[in-house]
Amino acid sequence: MEKMKLVVVGNGMAGMRVVEELLKISPDLYDITVFGDEPYPNYNRIMLSPVLANEQTIDDIILNTREWYAENDITLHTDAYINNIDRAKRIVTSESGITAEYDRLLIATGSKPFMPPIPGNDLEGVLGYRDIKDTNDMIDAAKKYKHAVVIGGGLLGLEAANGLAIQGMDVTVIHRNEWLLEKQLDRTAGIMLQKSLEEKGLKIHLKTNTETIIGNDEGRVKSIKFKEGFELPADLVVFGVGIRPNYALAESAGIHCDKGIVVNDTMQTFDPRVYSVGECVNHRGISYGLVAPLFEMAKVCATHLANFGIGAYKGSVTSTKLKVTGIDLFSAGDFTGGDESEEIVMHDAVGGVYKKLVIQDDKIIGAVLYGDTADGSWYFQMLRDGKLINEIRDHLMFGQSAIGNAGHQGQDLAADMPDEMEVCGCNGVCKGTIVNAIQADGLFTLDDVKKQTKAGSSCGSCTGLVEQILASTLGGGYAPPATDKAICGCTDLSHEQVREEVRTKKYLTIPDATKGMEWSTPNGCATCRPALNYYLISTWPHEATDDPQSRFINERVHANIQKDGTYSVVPRMYGGVTNANQLRKIADVADKYQVPMVKMTGGQRIDLLGIKKEDLPNVWADLDMPSGYAYSKGIRTVKTCVGSEFCRFGTQNSTQLGIDIEKAFDHMWAPHKVKFAVSACPRNCAESGIKDVGIIGVDSGWEMYVGGNGGIKTEAGQFLCKVKTAEEVLEYSGAFIQIYREEARYLDRTVHWIERVGLDYVKQRVLEDAEGRKAAFDRLLYALQGSVEPWAERANNRDKYKEFETIEI
Amino acid sequence: MAWKKVCPLEDITPLGSRVVRADDREIGVFRTDDDRVFAINNLCPHKKGPLSQGIVHGDKVTCPLHNWKISLETGKADEPDEGETTCYPTKIEDGIVFLDV
Repeated sequence: MEKMKLVVVGNGMAGMRVVEELLKISPDLYDITVFGDEPYPNYNRIMLSPVLANEQTIDDIILNTREWYAENDITLHTDAYINNIDRAKRIVTSESGITAEYDRLLIATGSKPFMPPIPGNDLEGVLGYRDIKDTNDMIDAAKKYKHAVVIGGGLLGLEAANGLAIQGMDVTVIHRNEWLLEKQLDRTAGIMLQKSLEEKGLKIHLKTNTETIIGNDEGRVKSIKFKEGFELPADLVVFGVGIRPNYALAESAGIHCDKGIVVNDTMQTFDPRVYSVGECVNHRGISYGLVAPLFEMAKVCATHLANFGIGAYKGSVTSTKLKVTGIDLFSAGDFTGGDESEEIVMHDAVGGVYKKLVIQDDKIIGAVLYGDTADGSWYFQMLRDGKLINEIRDHLMFGQSAIGNAGHQGQDLAADMPDEMEVCGCNGVCKGTIVNAIQADGLFTLDDVKKQTKAGSSCGSCTGLVEQILASTLGGGYAPPATDKAICGCTDLSHEQVREEVRTKKYLTIPDATKGMEWSTPNGCATCRPALNYYLISTWPHEATDDPQSRFINERVHANIQKDGTYSVVPRMYGGVTNANQLRKIADVADKYQVPMVKMTGGQRIDLLGIKKEDLPNVWADLDMPSGYAYSKGIRTVKTCVGSEFCRFGTQNSTQLGIDIEKAFDHMWAPHKVKFAVSACPRNCAESGIKDVGIIGVDSGWEMYVGGNGGIKTEAGQFLCKVKTAEEVLEYSGAFIQIYREEARYLDRTVHWIERVGLDYVKQRVLEDAEGRKAAFDRLLYALQGSVEPWAERANNRDKYKEFETIEI
Repeated sequence: MAWKKVCPLEDITPLGSRVVRADDREIGVFRTDDDRVFAINNLCPHKKGPLSQGIVHGDKVTCPLHNWKISLETGKADEPDEGETTCYPTKIEDGIVFLDV
């Protein structure tokens, strides 16, 4: 079939981002032709300021080289200004007469600097600040002239002023308002910024309005006169007073425009064959001038161009940073607030630090940070997610590090990490390598970083950290991926969607499920198959087929694989209680199989390490003890303290309750590992505060805590309830675990699940709905009915489990 | 090199594998969903993980240690990883798997 023709007008960041996204998902759908009116391939416009400030070169900021266009069979016309679109014939024509036909047209013409109608604005030496040419003109001017006046104390104006000062010019900034960056900063931060800039040598005039620009005999600017009655010498005047969407071409083609090209949520214009993205569009009445929204638009647009028809752009919340070296400034959302909102402010005038958070209904709605912006991306993430902050409000102002490593799973202070600290343990990638790759190669997404550096491409446990590094390196340029992302590359469905399908369509086997849900791969991958298998067996216990080949090796052979390919064996000791007979058997096995290491686990068990796979069935037969499930996404251990039987402080029989729980929930699979602990008094010797379910005996009964975790990030359990009897502990904890088993995403620990649904939801299900609680507990008991002890099963049926035997040839 | 008998095809689970020892070499013999059989060295080019213990999907296996994906057909690691493990020819005759080592 002949390919369709896609023409892109505008070779900038937005347009090319669409092309990149499109090539990723549908590389063969279109013949692509790109027109750009600049003489360069696509470059990173937001890095022009560092170029002007001598921190980077033009070559550094090129995003797509000409080779890239060639490799992807894209026809690139640079220096080609399109001045006509014939929508009836579907042809675009450039000023120089190049034509191209299209089936789909993408207009990404960006914006133009706004040049206010001031007499003299057409003189030589009067510029906007938009592209490489403007940047080069400024650098050239700095070599010949002395006095520069920048009109506009916004982001662009200040970056231009800073760059010109570094180029050696005497720079004055003229600003109309009462303080600098009034769209990003409040007055206090604005004044602090002004002070820092003045220390760098910039002169700043506030509340000043330009009257005329005066030229010399050669038609070049010579001075500038203000309404306030004074005049300044000026050899170069740069306007940084804002941008205007560049929609003249679209409008001339009869496409509906209103201060921008009007698009719907799929980035389609009034003409269904014509799409538009970037600074030139008007989406729901807003035109954006920052990079993050453009990337979000590009993603949506690409899926529609690829005929997938999924995704809608619903507008963006934006944050900004000023790219002036030595000045740290961050702003996001509604930082002025109103009657409904509250403010938390911290101001250290001498130390040059100012932080303000605007809070409404227990959520952050705006933030201004000056001097210390390390937590900007953290605040911004909470703002975007609409996260409730009431529980961390006391510490909020002191930043993420003050929360400790507790309470915010997967997140850390990436900005504070030293460059040589290892981020990805699997591939040995340090933070510095990632930051360099982001900056040098112009990376913007997690996938880019994975591909380029390999960080996060193996086990994936560091992806949260990599995202943080991206966010802290790129600032406002980073668009975090949507949270309801697909399970893996084999499907577009999210975990929740897959669960729903498994439930409603009643899939009982992996092949039926992958076929029914139209997996793009013949039998999934190592990411989706274990998840899918879990969803099948947890949704349809006793009916779905548990597929061992879709389980990770540890669960397939009921032992933990070690780095050298041997296995570790941890027998069950209910409640952490053992006896001489068990210890004797363990000692005999250790002798007979020359076990290289015998070790106590953190969960009060004994671990036999270094067992060969072919020995496993014999070891199990000799031990004659049940599996401790130390390898499972499921019930691990119930750790207990000595309790009232022996301990002089114990108020309850914690040991017995621990044994009862472990027996009741034995053989239970779950989205991730599940650890319990039972302590007999608040001294908490069994460490109940950091377990998925932690139980603490008090004189009048048992306190229950949920969502604790002693893993990568320590999470303290949250108080769920207090009950009187051991039977109630079993019912409440069983119901809690069952709802987690039914509703969490695969590989969510309880803390991650609670983080998402909220403790109130858990309380409603487990505490308030008594019938629902009993029903959930019954469902768990039903699921566990008749479960088979895996070690004895394998030790006694060698013919059925041949994979333990090595074949000698 | 010589063809050596391994085992009946049914002794290898679909999407599963067996470990075969030939002299001092350990080889993973894999069976795909559509009953093709592949043999590769039981050593991941990354950190020597036992590939035979990984999850098999399509004609690839994911190493159990750090999730590198290795092609059973070519022995090569999927991008962005780089590395290669040795492949051995296999054949199935009358339901018996043979390996050329």
